[in-house]
Amino acid sequence: MKVWLFHLAVLVVVGVLALTLPPYHANNLARVLVLAVFATGYNLAFGYTGMLSLGHALFFAAGMYAAALPATLWGVGALPALILGLLAGGLAALGVGLLALRTAGVSFMIVTLMFAQAGYLTVIYFNQTTGGDQGLVLQGGARRLIGLDMAQDGPRLWVAFALYAAGLAGALAIVRSRFGRVMLAMRENEERSRMLGYDPFRVKLAVLAVSGLYAGVAGAAYAVLFGYAGASFAGVQYSILPMLYSLMGGAGTVLGPLVGAAAMFWLIDIASGLTTAWLMLVGIVLVGLVLFAPKGLLGWIRERWMPWLP
Amino acid sequence: MAAVILQAQGLSRAFGGLRAVDGVDFALQAGEIHALIGPNGAGKTTFVSLLSGRIAPDAGKVMLSGEDITRLPAHQRVRRGIAYTFQITSVYPRLPVFDNVALAAQSRGVRDLPAAVDAALDRVGMAGMGGRMAGELSYGHQRLLELAMGLALKPRVLILDEPTQGLAAGEIEGFIALVRGLVPETTVLMIEHNMEVVMSLAHRITVLNFGQVLASGTPDEVRANPQVQAAYLGTDHAAA
Repeated sequence: MKVWLFHLAVLVVVGVLALTLPPYHANNLARVLVLAVFATGYNLAFGYTGMLSLGHALFFAAGMYAAALPATLWGVGALPALILGLLAGGLAALGVGLLALRTAGVSFMIVTLMFAQAGYLTVIYFNQTTGGDQGLVLQGGARRLIGLDMAQDGPRLWVAFALYAAGLAGALAIVRSRFGRVMLAMRENEERSRMLGYDPFRVKLAVLAVSGLYAGVAGAAYAVLFGYAGASFAGVQYSILPMLYSLMGGAGTVLGPLVGAAAMFWLIDIASGLTTAWLMLVGIVLVGLVLFAPKGLLGWIRERWMPWLP
Repeated sequence: MAAVILQAQGLSRAFGGLRAVDGVDFALQAGEIHALIGPNGAGKTTFVSLLSGRIAPDAGKVMLSGEDITRLPAHQRVRRGIAYTFQITSVYPRLPVFDNVALAAQSRGVRDLPAAVDAALDRVGMAGMGGRMAGELSYGHQRLLELAMGLALKPRVLILDEPTQGLAAGEIEGFIALVRGLVPETTVLMIEHNMEVVMSLAHRITVLNFGQVLASGTPDEVRANPQVQAAYLGTDHAAA
């Protein structure tokens, strides 16, 4: 109960921010919330189950194009596009998982990375359809979600907020369930877990598929909310970003990805306002984090004050 | 004689040129405590790993209550009632004791998890320690936790790989009483080096040497076997 109330309180704080922030930052907040959905799903696989994937850009892009292509080609509406994106992300993760989960550790990283790169090159190769680097612009009906116009700042932010709230509730429910305990067991000691009657392959495949659903719906939402789908979202940086968000906020904490996404976004925003060498500033902060809070911001807080934080 | 619950026929496994387990026939009677002894490198751990499915055999069959389970992966054998506790303590150090045991109990679909966990912890004398981190426990308690995880699976066959290794004398006494209380509901197969534990607990003993069965029988029979005396126990022990 305490846990749910705490996370509800966090959502209220985010909601108040959404109401009070100036338009520029409110718009950024919408972007951060969508990316946080992506990272929350990533963290289920990475932080909780111990699968270090470098292929999540593929699932994100699968969701993005599964929404954007039907929307631009056949005029499919925003809501069905979101659902298509959700399913595409989950299916892509399931397919990759079936093959990649024969490996573990570094090999798993490499295999998932290769799949994602293949996906990226596929998007480029079919640039007649996908728009390649130029991308696709979504407009009109493709951005009208349940009667709300996603081209307007307010509705867009609240849809992003609702999506994140749903993702957060889902993640909380999963990690606090019996299955969530098995996820941790896989991360901590796979061989022991096998000898308690759990099939590591099936557990990890299930988690990867759920993680893909998150990535897929986030990719689709990105296209619908911000009206653009492009090949850059299939690139390797979109596999690394959710990992960075998770590590910064706290891998294996439910709120960590949101904290990490927000911290990273505004860190880059502020740093690039100060100097053209903003990447150096970001780097210094990351090195400091690794040195002083290797478990991320929320991992650090959990260790000291909130041991009950899921 | 009680029914055979777990049986091996011609079980073999080689690592490179080394025949770690070489054509072993073995039968575990339901409800007994069976000790597996033999010198270091005799193939004991490999043999129980073949039984539990952690490694695959080159030849031979494993049968549980007459059903051929040779091709079943380890996790499915666990679900069918073969539990294995590790020689090197293998608890989840970064999880609470409760979660360690709960993982075992929920594996067989227990409804009331707290009750099942409490029962298992109580049985090994660790009641009330559920909130502690497993990694912070003393070595003896970690061994007991490992056993509690095995018990929480409510196995038909419990395989213990050197369970008393590293335990203090007082802890060993408690362990003997505990294992004695498990049968006949659970059948126990244990690898054990401590001869006092073996002689006071085992109904039957199988001696492995160079991957083969050297002798099998009651403690008295095994003790009287001249081959066993030569290979393993030493004549001094037999005379005593």
